[in-house]
Amino acid sequence: MSLTKSILEGNRLALARLLTQVENDLPEGRATLSELFPHTGKAHLIGVTGAPGTGKSSLVNQLALHYRKNSNTPANVAIVAVDPSSPFTGGAVLGDRVRMRDLAGDEGVFIRSMASRGSLGGIAQKTASLVQVFDAAGYGIILIETVGAGQSEVDVARLAHTTVVVEAPGLGDEIQAIKAGILEIADVLVINKADRPGAENTERALRSTLELAHPTKRIFRHHGRTMSTSSETPDSTIWIPPIVKTVATEAKGIGELAEAIAKHAAHLRQSGDWAARDRARLGSEMEALLREALMDRFMENVPPTAYQAIVESVANRNISPSEAVKSLLNGNRK
Amino acid sequence: MTEKKIRVLVAKPGLDGHDRGAKVVARALRDAGMEVIYTGLRQTPEMIAEAALQEDVDVVGLSILSGAHMALAPRILELLKKNGQDQVKVFIGGIIPDEDMPRLKEMGITGIYGPGASTDDIVKDVREVMKELRNT
Repeated sequence: MSLTKSILEGNRLALARLLTQVENDLPEGRATLSELFPHTGKAHLIGVTGAPGTGKSSLVNQLALHYRKNSNTPANVAIVAVDPSSPFTGGAVLGDRVRMRDLAGDEGVFIRSMASRGSLGGIAQKTASLVQVFDAAGYGIILIETVGAGQSEVDVARLAHTTVVVEAPGLGDEIQAIKAGILEIADVLVINKADRPGAENTERALRSTLELAHPTKRIFRHHGRTMSTSSETPDSTIWIPPIVKTVATEAKGIGELAEAIAKHAAHLRQSGDWAARDRARLGSEMEALLREALMDRFMENVPPTAYQAIVESVANRNISPSEAVKSLLNGNRK
Repeated sequence: MTEKKIRVLVAKPGLDGHDRGAKVVARALRDAGMEVIYTGLRQTPEMIAEAALQEDVDVVGLSILSGAHMALAPRILELLKKNGQDQVKVFIGGIIPDEDMPRLKEMGITGIYGPGASTDDIVKDVREVMKELRNT
């Protein structure tokens, strides 16, 4: 009870402790998060993803600085930075703060590092819950930095309102760019390190990819009339990801990036996608919890020895895994 | 429920630019299954205390080679306390003259490690201290 109150009053130590409880899925953490839940839903969640070494942390650092400095009433900014856990020891070195030292000393910024703890989607299982805590605590901008993502770590797009995909020159050819996955989730594309040789090639590859990715969204003139290849969808619902060039280490292009992100937020609100994304995210969060709870409840009623026996008969090729599941669900637990 | 992960902040206060030791220790703690937040070079005591707060760490490891430990250590301990993090255990690695060690321990530094200290010992000590802390 008092923890909830401290959080709402802006107590940073209470906030830090709650984040730990939530990350570790402790009962106290769950209870407090439930109390805080009515206070969520106000923040703009911005995901930042991209391959290792593209400069995600530096870019997040610059974006946060921009949000804090370029407004008379700046929003509080939270950063959730995810780095990978070792698959062997479960340990992790979380190094994103190294590039965020400019943000030290600003009480309106809160940086939290998070280990992925076995999740493969680029964020951790509890990242969404941590983001909810920050949202309730009044952080208007929440930047979520994923692990260095390759091609399929796309979970952040389900969590964030706006997903920024960061590329850098020299990391891949056009075939990389047309593969499914990370480029498809981009709401804003960034070419960071744009002062390096090859930036034009990267931009050209991304542009042609975008044209392939949004063929139905092209508008053209035909017999003097403006036509669109997708007649059912009105133009206002179409968002074509802009490409922004930045040099994060020199703070170049950051204003343009912030502007692109703001435009995307405005577009989401106008088209109704903001609410739709929120609903989809909360729906899938609920579904995941339900699945976990059902599994727990089911396992409570299965004696471990019986479960082991069934695993054993699958291992001996006596029954198939799907027959084993059928038999478990039918109450055959001998 | 899985055991709560030990979270450690590894920081390098002061102006010297040698962070190899800090990185070796960070890696050893990682290999021991801990979550290590690495903050990099030239951190002020204020930055270290702020990071320790935001990350809600159990342990702070300081690497100090500059000789300024008698100024930096008490300042960091004081800031941690001010922030309500009295329970955080602080370890120091680096070049610490023997005569300073008792005074640092008196101030509240939990462990001190000089050149040649084994990372196994550091890991063991951190685990031990956390075990005591969690049993009380």
